[in-house]
Order: sequence, then structure tokens, then C-alpha cells
Amino acid sequence: MATQLHVPLDKDQLSPLRAGDSVEISGVVYTARDAAHGKLFELLDAGEPLPIDLAGGVIYYCGPAPTPPGSALGSAGPTTSYRMDSFAPRLYELGLGATIGKGDRGIGVREACRQFCCVYLVAVGGAGALLSERVVAAEVVAYPELGPEAIRRLEVERLPAIVAYDTVGNSVFPHDDPLQ
Amino acid sequence: MRDVEPMAISSAVYRMALESSFNLPERVLDALRRAVDVEVGPARAVMETLVENARIAADRRIALCQDCGLVVVFAEIGRECHLAGDLYAAINDGIARAYADGYLRKSVLGDPLRRDSNTGHNTPAVVHVRITEGDAITLHVAPKGGGSENMSAVDMLVPAVGRQGVIDRVVKQVTFAGGKPCPPLVVGVAIGGTMDQAAVLSKWALMRELGDPSPDPETAELERDILRAVNATGVGPMGLGGKTTALAVHVEKYPCHIASLPLAINLQCHAARHAMATI
Repeated sequence: MATQLHVPLDKDQLSPLRAGDSVEISGVVYTARDAAHGKLFELLDAGEPLPIDLAGGVIYYCGPAPTPPGSALGSAGPTTSYRMDSFAPRLYELGLGATIGKGDRGIGVREACRQFCCVYLVAVGGAGALLSERVVAAEVVAYPELGPEAIRRLEVERLPAIVAYDTVGNSVFPHDDPLQ
Repeated sequence: MRDVEPMAISSAVYRMALESSFNLPERVLDALRRAVDVEVGPARAVMETLVENARIAADRRIALCQDCGLVVVFAEIGRECHLAGDLYAAINDGIARAYADGYLRKSVLGDPLRRDSNTGHNTPAVVHVRITEGDAITLHVAPKGGGSENMSAVDMLVPAVGRQGVIDRVVKQVTFAGGKPCPPLVVGVAIGGTMDQAAVLSKWALMRELGDPSPDPETAELERDILRAVNATGVGPMGLGGKTTALAVHVEKYPCHIASLPLAINLQCHAARHAMATI
């Protein structure tokens, strides 16, 4: 049975999770990938407010396909997470509750999850058609000029994922070394 | 000489770009279904999800994966065929129309160093031309996702490492890649040629029907040995651990310099999209 997570996420929801657990996320998640992270960090470095709510929030590493008629969103699976490794720890420190992507990441992300009581979740890569059916509403909230890389606010219902890095330093990936 | 109009090429590419984005080849789907039965736990759940995803994409004619790829085209052109127009323009026209009509993601930057330079129609394609006998044109269209392409590699091995060195290097690449390229993979391997030739041949290896062995018995045996070694890594579906790290390994060889042992490894995600048509 999948554990139900409701955004905003808090420590009570996140700390019992263990690597390998199935979860389903409901509420608001924001899409952001390479280019959007670059823009967000320009704002952070300038001390300016961000266009998304980080507190207990969720960033989904996803650049969806265009929305066909009659759907809330086009195909919308995860992209590979390691490309955002240099950004994730600072966002966790600022209050982000979870990131969703695919694939293993650098050890810094796992350490940040432990330090700031956050999680890294993986969705099934390549299952974009199925995952898009869990999106009930979508709108671009920043950087429309980036096209598929724009930041979108998604309302999701029971978006399925697996806990990859938990709050105590465990990893679901068999080739990851234990944290010291 | 037989004249072929650009529109015939454009139309064929249009159809194949759409079909390959919505429908997995039957062999790939069969391999995904078989993998469900051999996996347990999260890996089994992943495989079930992928089979269900393929059904949804085909039924609703929506993209299997939001990464609709950079389109790679191999054009085999009979030398008795006369092209009455620009091959590249015809291919790109077909792609642009398909990506607009099919609500497929446009993932091509005109300038790789400028994030704001999306060309807006998923062109240009990467086109490889081969001249063949006869008067037909055979086109292979393969939308190639960025995640698996990023985990691919060319390595100029020392010849002394030999056959086992090749197997070890492929295993090292697949293990390093982990869940990032969306396993279970199809692994395209090319041995020999030059650096550039090996890279192209490793992509060509992915155009083969899934699981068809090399016609050369020694190469076919190498394919089986690499597949066994790759699946022994335990990387598994989406890197979550399991028996199915690759669905198939396809190896191509080419003669090479006495000083060289070029090895190219082109990883293909489980959404092994590919279509072929002869005009």
C-alpha cells in the first residue's frame, strides 16, 4: 500500500518514510528542470523572492509535452535528477520538502535529505502518459519563454512515486554506498 | 533511375514520427511484459507501470514519454534512385509537422549553449545517409531521448584488453549509468572503426529489431555474453535493483587500425521507439 502524502509536506509526513516505500502525492507540485533552476538561483543570489512556494513544497523535475485537447497536461514523466544536484541542497535548506525525478544522485543530495529532513522521490521514467493522468490542473507560473522548461504549477492527485533517499540517509539504489 | 519526390519522404517521416511516439514496437512491448514476470517488489511495479503506460499512450494517442527525443534518421538510399529535392529539408518538414500535430515535446536547442534557443519544431534531425543497391529508399526514424543519450560513451580502448575488456567496459558504463538512462535498456555497442565511425555504428545497432542476433555467430555470442554480464549487475528497472537491466544487446563491428580498439556504447531507454518504412 502506498503512503499518502499531502503537500505541503511536514516532518511528521516525511520522517517515517524509508527508502523503497511507495508513496502517492496529492496537492501542488512545481515543475522545474535545468534552465528554470538556473533562473531561480539568479533570483536567490540577488536576494529576490521566488515565483514558487518552497515551504514544504515539491519540485518535480519534469518538462511536459504540450497539452492535447481534453487533457490537463501532456505526457509528464520525470527527467534525470543528477543534472539538478548542484541546486537541490540549497533548496532543501530553504524549506523544500521533496524533489521528484529519476535515477541516483550525488552524495550531497542524500546528505541534504538527512540534514534537512527531506526526501528525494523517483517516479517511473518513461511513464509520461500514465503519470499525466494524475495531473488535474496545470498552469505556467514563470519563464514561459523556456517552453517545456517553464515552471508549471501542477495540481496532482495520487501521483505515484518511490522513496529513493529518506530522511535518515538510506538509498533505494543498490550501488549507492552507505552514508558515513 | 527512379525519381522520388521530397513529399513522399516528408510524409513517411511524419507518419513514423507520430507512430513511434505513441506505439512501442511489438517486440519491445513483449520484452517489457516478460520482464514483469521475472521481477519482484519495486522493480515489478515499475515494469507493470511501463506496460500500462504503453497501453494508455496507444489508446489515447499521446506521447509515451514527455521526452519525445531528438529524431535520428538513417536513410538508406538506393543508388538508382534520384531525389528530386532536398533530403534534409524533406525529413525536417515531416518532423516539424508531426511534432506540432501530435502534441509532441520540442526538445531541440538551435544553439547548445543558449537555453532560450529552442527551434520550436524539434528540428533539425540528425541524419545518417547510406548508399545501397537498387532504387528504393528505406528510412529508419528513431526519436532518441536525452536521458539515455547522456549516459552513452565512446572509449578508445587499448587493444590488449581484447574481448573481455570490451565486456567489462560496457558493464562499467551500465553500472555507472544506474537508473539515469531509464533501464531496462537496449545497449547498442560498436567495436572498431574510428572514434566517429564507432559512435554512428553504435546508434545503427539500435535500429535492429529488438533481440535479433547479429548474423555473425561470434558477434552473436558476444551479444549474449554482454547481456548476461549487464543483467548480473543488478541495476534493474529504473535502477531500483532487479534482474532486468537490459532487454537486449546489439553489437556491430568494423575493421580498425592495428593500434586501436574503439568502443562506442549507445544506451537506449526502455521506450525504444523506432519505425521503418521503404519508399
